[in-house]
Amino acid sequence: MSAVPASAAPGAPTLEVRNLRTHFLTRAGVVKAVDDVSFTVRSGKVLGLVGESGSGKSVTGFSILGLVDPPGRIVGGQILFKGQDLATLSEEAMRKLRGNRIAMIFQDPMMTLNPVLRIDTQMIETVLAHARVSREEARQRARDALGQVGIASPDERLRSYPHQFSGGMRQRVAIAIALLHKPDVIVADEPTTALDVTIQGQILAEAQKLCAQTGTALVWITHDLSVVAGLADDIAVMYAGKVVENGPVEQVLDAPLHPYTLGLIGSVPSRNRRGEPLRQIPGMTPSMLNLPAGCAFRARCPRAEARCAEPPPFAEYRPGRFARCIHPHEEAVAA
Amino acid sequence: MSAVLEAPRAAAQGSVPIIELRGVSKRFSNPLDFAGRLVKRLGVKVREDVVHAVDGVDLSVRKGEVVGLVGESGCGKSTLGRMVAGIMPPSDGQVVWRGQDLTKLSGADAKRAKLRTQMIFQDPYASLNPRLKVAEIVGEAPQYHGLVPRGGLEAYVDDQLRRAGLDPSLKRRYPHQFSGGQRQRIGIARALAVQPDFLVCDEAVAALDVSIQAQILNLFMKLRRELDLTYLFISHDLGVVEHLSDRVVIMYLGRVVEEAPSEEVFARPNHPYTRALLAEVPRIEARKRVFAGVQGEIPSPLNPPSGCHFHPRCPFAFDRCRAERPALKQVAPGHRSACHLNDAA
Amino acid sequence: MSTTTAGAPPAAVPPAARVETPFRRFVSEFAASRLALFGLVLFCIIVLVAVLAPWIAPQNPYDLAQLDIMDGRLEPGSVGGSGITYWLGTDDQGRDMLSGIMYGLRISLTVGAGSAILACLVGASLGMLAAYAGGRTDSLIMRLVDLQLSFPAILAALMILAFLGKGILNVVIALVVVEWAYYARTVRGSALVERRREYIEAAQCLALPTHRIIFRHLLPNCLPPLIVVGTMQVARAIALEATLSFLGLGVPITEPSLGLLIANGYEYMLSGKYWISFYPGIALLVTIVSINLVGDQLRDVLNPRLKK
Ligand SMILES: Nc1ncnc2c1ncn2[C@@H]1O[C@H](COP(=O)(O)OP(=O)(O)OP(=O)(O)O)[C@@H](O)[C@H]1O
Ligand SMILES: Nc1ncnc2c1ncn2[C@@H]1O[C@H](COP(=O)(O)OP(=O)(O)OP(=O)(O)O)[C@@H](O)[C@H]1O
Ligand code: SF4
Ligand code: SF4
Ligand SMILES: [Mg+2]
Ligand SMILES: [Mg+2]
Repeated sequence: MSAVPASAAPGAPTLEVRNLRTHFLTRAGVVKAVDDVSFTVRSGKVLGLVGESGSGKSVTGFSILGLVDPPGRIVGGQILFKGQDLATLSEEAMRKLRGNRIAMIFQDPMMTLNPVLRIDTQMIETVLAHARVSREEARQRARDALGQVGIASPDERLRSYPHQFSGGMRQRVAIAIALLHKPDVIVADEPTTALDVTIQGQILAEAQKLCAQTGTALVWITHDLSVVAGLADDIAVMYAGKVVENGPVEQVLDAPLHPYTLGLIGSVPSRNRRGEPLRQIPGMTPSMLNLPAGCAFRARCPRAEARCAEPPPFAEYRPGRFARCIHPHEEAVAA
Repeated sequence: MSAVLEAPRAAAQGSVPIIELRGVSKRFSNPLDFAGRLVKRLGVKVREDVVHAVDGVDLSVRKGEVVGLVGESGCGKSTLGRMVAGIMPPSDGQVVWRGQDLTKLSGADAKRAKLRTQMIFQDPYASLNPRLKVAEIVGEAPQYHGLVPRGGLEAYVDDQLRRAGLDPSLKRRYPHQFSGGQRQRIGIARALAVQPDFLVCDEAVAALDVSIQAQILNLFMKLRRELDLTYLFISHDLGVVEHLSDRVVIMYLGRVVEEAPSEEVFARPNHPYTRALLAEVPRIEARKRVFAGVQGEIPSPLNPPSGCHFHPRCPFAFDRCRAERPALKQVAPGHRSACHLNDAA
Repeated sequence: MSTTTAGAPPAAVPPAARVETPFRRFVSEFAASRLALFGLVLFCIIVLVAVLAPWIAPQNPYDLAQLDIMDGRLEPGSVGGSGITYWLGTDDQGRDMLSGIMYGLRISLTVGAGSAILACLVGASLGMLAAYAGGRTDSLIMRLVDLQLSFPAILAALMILAFLGKGILNVVIALVVVEWAYYARTVRGSALVERRREYIEAAQCLALPTHRIIFRHLLPNCLPPLIVVGTMQVARAIALEATLSFLGLGVPITEPSLGLLIANGYEYMLSGKYWISFYPGIALLVTIVSINLVGDQLRDVLNPRLKK
């Protein structure tokens, strides 16, 4: 803990992922689940990490928390948490950070919750794992955290078992557990995907409040561009294990550089184009086992040309706007 | 583009409903087991769990229309869809197919009615029989029902697959060899093969990636134009429903709470639940907005609130809401809503 | 705009690839375990030996005319009066143990497989009926199953045989009666799960008749667990038959199965003439182990929960 400075100034980079590579060495071959991912999350800000199923979002999240299980391994790149590289940290040091300074929220809250233990037991254990406080104070912290995520009568709720909660409530308890140590970074992996719109709204509201109040840097993993549009400050778009574009959310959504981002935005039904055919991306996502050489999007890209057979660099085309494409869209294209 | 949409909508105005639900309800009960019955005999109060999955729904779908059915998980959308498709009988009320009560139809007519209404399912992995080849999946029913002449089955199946956007040369494969989007196309080809005029799509794109979802939604729209299809499009995704539907029906806990033409619902939502729902839908156009969240949990359908089901979460609830179920009443032409506030005004 | 909607999407697999049928996939997954392959080969050899016994056995042990009582209880490897070598020795009737085991395997396997197939037919039909009909039929059948399963199999079989008398057919009947419940429970369980899958609803939507839905759509998808249970039950039936014969209630003494061979030698066990019981015992053990090896791998391959 002592190696990590206390809270940083708002807007300072809290987490910086540089050229992260996480591969799975399976019997069928090497799955390059994460292959050159870079982004920065600042304190008090939300980064939306979007991409389609299998693009490597979850593996990126697991890599940040040091939770990649064999046959997976971080094979390259840096994960700088306040200047400290998590990728090279020992398992012991990582355990001290995890759940304390860096926390994760999963799509399925039961990944966090133990079905046979009461909520208070689980939350107090979590507090005591990283803080030297009395049981009474731990309970107080647990109660506060539940209150913070909008759970009414937390005292009563503390004495319940997970199965006595609805899905949305369970997710809020999982978030409360993530909040217990007021972490500097929270990685949230599709925490609202399984929830209904009105409940999702509650969770998103909590997330917003959290960032604003505690200065936590939030990585919000989702496949839903609309959620990112409403919630995030910055966005990183993943395709086949690589970040293909990142930048501030308005700029990326209004004037995407990468053809994939443009296609993705065009695929979302939007009220401006009611009843018109959606702009669709032809074909389907390639298998991670045999990705084409060069730009992985080549087979589906309307702008592809011969040069695309070379791997395109991840270059800054406009200030703060990176894209992995040799032929990016020059100006705003109406999606 | 809009002309394409206007034509069927105009045609939809006066025509007879393809399907009409009159006061349809569906209850599921967990009958007591032996021990439960014994305990009850002995005078202990045990309640049989009864879920009112669908509770007194009136709904009609006219030819050529796309009706979107929206609601949160467990509100009875799928159950309603199954009753419309004729694979689940209602506990109460009537399902009327082109003026005839579905439950009273004789064998041959009932079969015809069933075939004319087909369902597209949510899960592209569970909705295809894993042990049959694609050609068998698509060709079985038309062959069984004699819809194709002898010897014409191959070509017929090819046509269906092509229409759903699949390469017919893949028809000797098994479902596990296809991606999610392709499987959904197989499901669509299977449904189209019995020449339906009405498709019930139950969350048909919910399991797909955004870019694949767009392909399938475009396919639905193309088929609608080409085959003059009518759709009941069930989804929890308001964006998808808004994009596709002429009319939107909103359900909450087994009941229809609002029903209106698409533009009308999204421009002038009447019911407090609809308003809350619309406020919470994330939209790609809305950047850095403030979420609020509708207060409270979705109540259990096992034990729904009295009166208006929405009252525990409704910011406008008053005494009458707790006691009396609001009726679905017209608030504007073609726009119906079930809220006591409309009486007060 | 929507160009690809009509166009053919790219193929998931290169067209040159062989059509991967579910069966081929199953075979390659099964072959992934060396141990299971070994079990399968072993079992095939055992079956082959049993089938070919009349041609490869040195002696017909059921033909009393060929037996020479003078050759009784000879040690393994000794040469009998008629000049044949008794590689595994003889029993007290002068029967060549090797031939006896080969013929005994025939009986044991026939009884085991026959009763398993019959029990499977009965059990699977009843289980399917229970799942599809539901309600009272379901309760009735399942209570019967519970009753059956709560009774020790050996006890039930003994009672039935005591009532019906000895004989191969009666042993098969007894085994069917004690085994059908396993199949019924298995089929009902998987049918209840499969029934709720959307492809069944789709078949209903397509107005296909109920019997077609059951036999063409539901049943084939309930087979995997049935095959697993079936394999294990064959082993169980063989063991049970051996037990019954050992207790003297099974097959007739003139046509001994493995169990009876073991029983015959039991009394000489302590007098040093171990081979009369020992070699049939080994044969029984190897048979059961080989079937179980195959069954274990089948369970791993066919169990959907172990897959993604
Ligand atoms: N344990 C593993 N062994 C081999 N490959 C794996 C393993 N875990 C993940 N992968 C592969 O890594 C890739 C990225 O997976 P990941 O779970 O990160 O995708 P995702 O973007 O989170 O998708 P989703 O939206 O479906 O959650 C996938 O192609 C997946 O097959
Ligand atoms: N066969 C059944 N037996 C018992 N209860 C059922 C059955 N089918 C549905 N229900 C119950 O009826 C209610 C409505 O279910 P239904 O599947 O129609 O909801 P839904 O709106 O489609 O939800 P989702 O969005 O989750 O698919 C639920 O509470 C469900 O538990
Ligand atoms: S590099 Fe070429 S193929 Fe890849 S996205 Fe850019 S234009 Fe398309
Ligand atoms: S009837 Fe009452 S509780 Fe129901 S929506 Fe209207 S105001 Fe709210
Ligand atoms: Mg994931
Ligand atoms: Mg449903």
